[in-house]
Amino acid sequence: MNKRKWNGVKRELFKNKYALMAFVLLIVFLIAALFAFLSPFDPNKMSIIDKLQSPNGKHLFGTDEYGRDYFTRVLYGARVSLAVGFLSMIVAVVIGTTVGTVSGYFGGWIDNILMRFVEVLMSIPSFFLMLLLNAYMKPGITTLVLIIGFFTWMEIARIVRSETLSIKEREYVMYAKASGQSSFLTITKHIIPNIAPTIIIAGTLNIATAILMESSLSFLGLGVQQPNSSWGSMLNSAQGYIGEAWHLTLFPGFLILFTVLCFNVLGDVLRVAFEPKGANGEKK
Amino acid sequence: MSENLLEVKDLKKYYPVKSSSLFGKERVLKAVDGVNFSIKKGETFGLVGESGCGKSTIGRSIIRLHDITSGNIFFDGDDIASLNEKGLKKYRRRMQAVFQDPYASLNPTMNVFELISEPMKIHGNPTPAEQKDTILSLLDQVGLKKDHLYRYPHEFSGGQRQRVSIARALSVNPDFILCDEPISALDVSVQAQVVNMLEDIQEKTGVTYLFIAHDLSMVRHISNRIGVMYLGDIVEIAESDELYTEPLHPYTQALLSAIPEPDTTIAKRERIVLSGEVPSPLNAPSGCKFRTRCPHAMDICREVVPPMLAIGNGRQVACHLYDEEGKIIE
Repeated sequence: MNKRKWNGVKRELFKNKYALMAFVLLIVFLIAALFAFLSPFDPNKMSIIDKLQSPNGKHLFGTDEYGRDYFTRVLYGARVSLAVGFLSMIVAVVIGTTVGTVSGYFGGWIDNILMRFVEVLMSIPSFFLMLLLNAYMKPGITTLVLIIGFFTWMEIARIVRSETLSIKEREYVMYAKASGQSSFLTITKHIIPNIAPTIIIAGTLNIATAILMESSLSFLGLGVQQPNSSWGSMLNSAQGYIGEAWHLTLFPGFLILFTVLCFNVLGDVLRVAFEPKGANGEKK
Repeated sequence: MSENLLEVKDLKKYYPVKSSSLFGKERVLKAVDGVNFSIKKGETFGLVGESGCGKSTIGRSIIRLHDITSGNIFFDGDDIASLNEKGLKKYRRRMQAVFQDPYASLNPTMNVFELISEPMKIHGNPTPAEQKDTILSLLDQVGLKKDHLYRYPHEFSGGQRQRVSIARALSVNPDFILCDEPISALDVSVQAQVVNMLEDIQEKTGVTYLFIAHDLSMVRHISNRIGVMYLGDIVEIAESDELYTEPLHPYTQALLSAIPEPDTTIAKRERIVLSGEVPSPLNAPSGCKFRTRCPHAMDICREVVPPMLAIGNGRQVACHLYDEEGKIIE
């Protein structure tokens, strides 16, 4: 991708107040998650006398039902949620881009088989399939990443395929074919770099979906296992105390909301920035 | 100059067209319908015709961008029409291409060095230093500067991009370059520069060109021989000067009469205005395809496809108006 496009992203980011806020917020979350170890509390250390405290000077977010510092648990939970979101996005982008470019570039029966397969996968309510698979596999972050990745790549594959169909008719792709370039290198050198903006946008939006899925799975007790925390599993354990300790649901809930919102806003900014001029030239 | 580098025999390229209704029968679009011609070593063969007449399809068939429906393509004596990608590899180096759109023919994410070194790396294993040497001398040859080496396509003008495309084609020392309307997207002044450069290169390297265009005066300037196409057929082949001074086929006559003459002191050719539109290649007329618009159409044109008559001096015409000697049949 060339410099001009990145400058477009930068310009769009600074022009759009919400985008800048989203970007800063995500950076803050990321730094907080990375430096979670600086917290004076052990996220998993129980202390029955301190249980279910409201937010106060010592425990910023209060404590949970086992007396663990909720702020520290939120920080460590952020690690899981962000990591699962990011890693499942990588899995989804790798599968989606491979299937999409192969399908679009070769066309014919390869395209038919791959796209029918994608449609079959899309028509199955993936969440139930995930629940089923999760029941047979060892719960944990790796399992979560793989399962979420394997069930969210179809959208990316379809977007990438349609972009590939348009790029492969460009004369530089024809030239590559005419000069004997292998299909693999044609796809990796000529097609993927030129659809990178689309892939990045799809990937950004995919992070948001993945974080939501992780939360839902963890909420149902199928994700991260105790005593480790993720935002979803914290919501899950908080639901029993919603009457006496409202803050236990509030913090992870809002954090999920904000993170997903931020990724969606950023995805939108990238889309606007990468679009050719003229399509969005009009002032809003 | 006598040996044929390329010989195209009865080349056909049909595209199946699916009917929009479920039970409609599938039709075929005859983009190229049985074309014969040959190109000698070191010459420039021009191919002219209206948009959609199949010029580019012929070019792309020759460099095997797609499979052809039937026919033979002999390159240096070997039939390459039915070779698979593996068998084609050694011919891919010898046949290069320069395409029409200077904005679409260079990958916008690669710089000049990467662009030109790509075919070199496919057909050899040069070290980066060797690549750089070759590319610098190529840039010099096409009139670009050394400091253009690491620039990206969007930093160039249309003419400069086309020079990069030509340098890229030359990087593997090809015997044949397909020039698919390489100048039609350029300004007139730049067109002349590019055409002169192509001629200089031919003089130095002896490369053979297939030059596809619809600008007749430019084609006359660069080509040794010219083929005129109409609706998937070649209707006339002649030495370029001969074609311009004495066009035989009624379609060629009409085409040439449409060239604007800048010199007002020269008597104008009589302008032949063709009536009607080019028929759809999906539904081509029977017999001679040109008969629906031909001012000389006769009964025989409706029934019999005019054969390509060789009338001496390498000249060929497909029209019922002429006999074997090229005389008009009264």
